[in-house]
Amino acid sequence: MRFSGRARWIFPLARFFFFAAALALAAGCSRHEPPADLTIINNVEPESLDPAIIVAQADMRVVSGLFEGLTRLEPVAARAVPGLAESWDISPDGKIYTFHLRTNLLWSTGEPITSADVVYSWIRALDPKTASRYAGQLYYLKNAEEFNTGKITNAALVGVSAPDKFTVRAELKSPTAFFLDLCAFPTLAVVPRQAIEKYGDHWLMAKQLPVSGAFQLAAWRLNDKIRLKKNLRYWDATNTQSEIIDILPVGSPNTALNLYERGQVDIVWDKELIPSELMDVLLQRADFHSFTYLGTYFFRFNVTHKPFDDPRVRKALALAVDKERIVEKITKAGEVITGHLVPAGTRNYTPPAGLGYDPVLARKLLAEAGYPGGKGFPRFEYLFNAAAGGGGKIHENVAIELQQMWRDELGISMELRQVETQVFWGMQSRLDYQLSRSSWIGDYNDANTFLGMFVTGDGNNETGWSNPHYDELVHAANEETDLTRREKLFQQAETILVHDELPIVPLYIYVGINYFDTNKVLGIWENVLDDHPLRSIRKIKAKL
Amino acid sequence: MYFLRRILFAIPLLLVISVLAFVLVHLAPGGPFDSERKPASPEIERNIKAKYHLDEPIWKQYGRYLGDLLHGDFGVSLKYRNHSVNDIIAQGLPVSMLLGGLAFCFATAVGVPLGFFTAARRGRWPDYLGSFFAVLAVCIPSFVVAPALILIFAMKLKWFPVALWSTPWHMVLPSIALGSYFVGKVARIMREGMLTAAQSEFVTAARAKGLGETALLLKHAFPIALLPVVSYSGPMLADLLTGSFIIENIFQIPGIGVFLVNSSLNRDYTVVVGLSLLYAMLLIALNLAVDFAYTWLDPRVKYE
Repeated sequence: MRFSGRARWIFPLARFFFFAAALALAAGCSRHEPPADLTIINNVEPESLDPAIIVAQADMRVVSGLFEGLTRLEPVAARAVPGLAESWDISPDGKIYTFHLRTNLLWSTGEPITSADVVYSWIRALDPKTASRYAGQLYYLKNAEEFNTGKITNAALVGVSAPDKFTVRAELKSPTAFFLDLCAFPTLAVVPRQAIEKYGDHWLMAKQLPVSGAFQLAAWRLNDKIRLKKNLRYWDATNTQSEIIDILPVGSPNTALNLYERGQVDIVWDKELIPSELMDVLLQRADFHSFTYLGTYFFRFNVTHKPFDDPRVRKALALAVDKERIVEKITKAGEVITGHLVPAGTRNYTPPAGLGYDPVLARKLLAEAGYPGGKGFPRFEYLFNAAAGGGGKIHENVAIELQQMWRDELGISMELRQVETQVFWGMQSRLDYQLSRSSWIGDYNDANTFLGMFVTGDGNNETGWSNPHYDELVHAANEETDLTRREKLFQQAETILVHDELPIVPLYIYVGINYFDTNKVLGIWENVLDDHPLRSIRKIKAKL
Repeated sequence: MYFLRRILFAIPLLLVISVLAFVLVHLAPGGPFDSERKPASPEIERNIKAKYHLDEPIWKQYGRYLGDLLHGDFGVSLKYRNHSVNDIIAQGLPVSMLLGGLAFCFATAVGVPLGFFTAARRGRWPDYLGSFFAVLAVCIPSFVVAPALILIFAMKLKWFPVALWSTPWHMVLPSIALGSYFVGKVARIMREGMLTAAQSEFVTAARAKGLGETALLLKHAFPIALLPVVSYSGPMLADLLTGSFIIENIFQIPGIGVFLVNSSLNRDYTVVVGLSLLYAMLLIALNLAVDFAYTWLDPRVKYE
């Protein structure tokens, strides 16, 4: 009977586990929270909620609700309209902006928001110690780049100042047509000095976090939820449509769809959150909305190596791509094929045509370059990354399609190489590739957000391509205050990029997709920035 | 004495693990701050690296890390820059432990009786049926079990929520999905244990004394048969308590398992090293607990 005596320990142990589990369950139940008015799935957990730190579009959708800039985007067409600033004057040369703040601005904690807070916020984003990756959004200010890169250390020399409590004076390097749009960009949002100086890098965890935007941060639990509560001291609080909004971080498209179908969430707003296998079926439904926005899918050539140093070769490859096949067979969300980089619909700009599909001309160009029928063309490699989410397979399938098209039309053979995402970015910027998949989403509604990338030496050029005439045209466009002349200059520049030289080949313009029932949710409009301010969104309460 | 020595041995072991994890993750190509959007100036990259001391030689970085570690500070996450690794563990570990604990209860509560029952009815149809289910549970991976459970019990029957983590109802499906593999495993180990125990001499002796078959199995064979299950429960618990990437991902559970996988994909150096150490500590502690439980259950086992 000795063993059974010892074995009795099993039962108390089992009982302990049972009660522990029961207790834990009870603890789980006890977390009482009022239900949210609106629940949104916004892609994965944000990297940060600090406007100076974030870079992902999904993160910006949340942060824009917490912190506002001098301007803000209106919900219909995502145009910059007065935010914390009520009005502004622009000098005739377009270089000096004088902003007049509203006089009734308060932090959510009650202190007044003044022009000194604006100056502090911009200088903070530029301060090397903040280590903001998007500090470049402020480089349009005089001496901003010099301060950020440590060439000067005196912040007072940067072109932003506060002549009085309600005036902000911004001095720019050159007239910047999209500066007012930039003022609505999170990097330039107004953040609370009082909390940042007190708590350092953990300032967002402050119990009483002062915010300048329409919502307060009520709770932030990693990978669980972000709860936003209406900020009653926001200058436009009367027009904030919802009291409590829950933002759920969900990265799995199937989970997002399940939660939506069971009525647990009201809105899912990221194109990566549609299971790609169900794309065709779901897009037929009335509550699935797709619309083009400012994003382009393309691929890059590394022009520093043979045979892609020859524009004829690059052109030949571009002309042999049947882009229709890619959007019909692979992406299937209604994407529009494109020969140009800047999406149609960009403000004050009509892009040039670019190249179409012409295999005959492609073969001719390849022969001219010394590879008739693809003979003697070296094997080459197409680099792409293993992406997560619903679009995960797209890069690979596009690569396979291109491989087949070029083999059939030009008689050349390409190998595919897939690498981890974090490895991919490094290889691309080191020019450690021959061809590489790429995409770009516009930061603001202006051609410069696309064309500025391919200027010589720009960090996002990543092709090794350099054309002095192109650089001159882009530079001249950004100096130009006349919008028609500016458009002409940009068109000439883009023609060089997508018609003559082709360091890149644009394939299609992205579509944004979100899903919500238009009979239940109001205040979301389709716009080219895929931007939907939280303050405007409201769920119609079900009648009891 | 023995256990004290084991604990002391764990310290150099953890040090070695931390060095390995630290060096390996830094050696991997790509860094935490590589991204699609290249900063407007290379200085920006340098500012970021300087802020997190990534510009220093690796031995110096490790020294700094170890110094912080001795103060109980695992450092800040490089991906989630507002959160420390301590934060991530504090928020995620309790959730994963609760989920793992529930899955453990499920696995033992179903697996042990199943193993006992199949062994008692050895060679007859209940044995074949039970063993078939046990093998099935081991064979079907959780990324099949979980969606199947969701489809049937959440989408069709609407008995349970499809995902998220708040009420006990939310915990049922993920616990079952996570525990099902271990049900099969425990049942098979238990069955083997029972069969071995049933053939041992003391059982034969007890049977010779005229003890009933039920009492024989329950009082004499069962405690001995349980020993292999107990020794398996150490690594099983370590596996369950540190969270499951697949289950947490499918059910959108704010546990630590998702971080364990994503941090290495993101090259989030501090989180990778911190969680590796946490996992190692749990494994060591649970193995120790199992050995301790052994001495209680089986007096024949003595540690010197």
